Amino acid sequence: MTFDVNHPIIYIIVSIIIATVLAQSFYFLIRAYRRALAKGMDKSVLKKTIISSAVFTIAPAISILVGVLSLSKSLGVAVPWLRLSVIGSLSYEMIAANNAMSGFGETLGKEVTDPGIFVTILWVMTIGILLGLILTPLLTKKIQNGMIKLEKSDAKWREIFNNAMFLGMISAFLGFVFCDVYRLWSSENGIFTTIEKNDQGIEEVVQYTSTSGLVPVLVMIVSALIMVLCGVLMKKLKWKWLNDYALPISMVLGMASAIPITAWLGGVIA
Amino acid sequence: MREKKELSYLDSVHRDGKIWSFTLLALIFLFPLLLCVIFQAVPNWSALGKGLIATVPMYWAVGLIEVITYVPMLGAGGTYLSFVTGNISNLKLPVALDAMEKAEVKSNSEEGEIISTIAIATSSIVTTIIVIIGVILIIPLTPILENPVLDPAFAQMLPALFGGLGVVFVSKNWKLAIAPIILMLILFVTIPALNAGTVGIMVPVGVVFTIIVARIMYKKGLL
Repeated sequence: MTFDVNHPIIYIIVSIIIATVLAQSFYFLIRAYRRALAKGMDKSVLKKTIISSAVFTIAPAISILVGVLSLSKSLGVAVPWLRLSVIGSLSYEMIAANNAMSGFGETLGKEVTDPGIFVTILWVMTIGILLGLILTPLLTKKIQNGMIKLEKSDAKWREIFNNAMFLGMISAFLGFVFCDVYRLWSSENGIFTTIEKNDQGIEEVVQYTSTSGLVPVLVMIVSALIMVLCGVLMKKLKWKWLNDYALPISMVLGMASAIPITAWLGGVIA
Repeated sequence: MREKKELSYLDSVHRDGKIWSFTLLALIFLFPLLLCVIFQAVPNWSALGKGLIATVPMYWAVGLIEVITYVPMLGAGGTYLSFVTGNISNLKLPVALDAMEKAEVKSNSEEGEIISTIAIATSSIVTTIIVIIGVILIIPLTPILENPVLDPAFAQMLPALFGGLGVVFVSKNWKLAIAPIILMLILFVTIPALNAGTVGIMVPVGVVFTIIVARIMYKKGLL
């Protein structure tokens, strides 16, 4: 068959795999839902969980779609569609694809026309991130059993342990928000110069405004303030429904605030 | 009697989770193989080798760390789903945390397991469907989604997500939150190598550090 990055046969195979992914999600959703009803859990709680999880997912899902678009220029639509619907992320797939291309002494930019190059990229993308999916069926039960043993000791410590895990994760991401603040004192004349790999994997000199590192910090503060405001409104005005949407509202408004904040504090200098 | 029943639900989740994981692992692995056969294409072995050497050590190490770090937080059903569909720290785990918080269930109880599974399954379904719609409507949607005005909004998704989520969790456990937040602030501000690409490695560092701090504070009666 003559190769083309958008050949219908690639779409057909990808559709089958994605249908299986969807089937797995529906299977576990129905299993958990039935188990919840059997245990006598409140139906309205389950319904709220589904609705607020769905609403919360919309903005991140659109950003995944943007990733499909940016990869589609070199790999067609079908492959990025599969790769970003299963394990991996845009940054990983970009890095993996560029690592494969550098083996040819080329870069990812225009559409791939050679089937040999195409399958080489695909193999690197697939194998490079496979370990998580290999390990989960082998280790999940063992890790959970270990946790159960650990937790049996003391009920209060068990709860603290859980909170500590989540706080540890959140604190890493809160720290990450500040990762470019150092541009403030590492700049010359308000310009921070660095070398970065671009989308094609080529190293190039990039210049940022010295204040650009404050953009994520301010976005985080906006989002946090909106969350606080939601909490106040829920208490004062008894707007209980807001509870289900507080997180997506603060996230989307935070993202929207990034547009004027970036215009104000600057980002990349062309 | 009740105890026995609960065990059997979790056990069946593990059994089915393994079957689904291995099935999807096989499908994902078969995909490049099928394309090789259909287009009679052979990978360029030297380029493949170079590409794998540049990719595997880093991402397999991350994969191992992720499994150990995230399994206890995601629960069984959540784990089997999340490690197939990805986007764990930026979507699946926050969704599950938020859902368990609102439903007022503990992550280590069976109710927590159920709520986390429902939240993550819903999120996976919605993501997959939105991407399907996007792929179908790719031509009319491209100019909208690639509008440079929106770039900064998508670039700042993580700060916007963790700002809101941070308020919820930090306010409920502020005593325990102080030490890890200070540590992470110092590390990320002073070490330029810590950025979007390496935040995943800092998650287990934050988790282990916070557990140690929690243990000390607990022993001293501070929590």
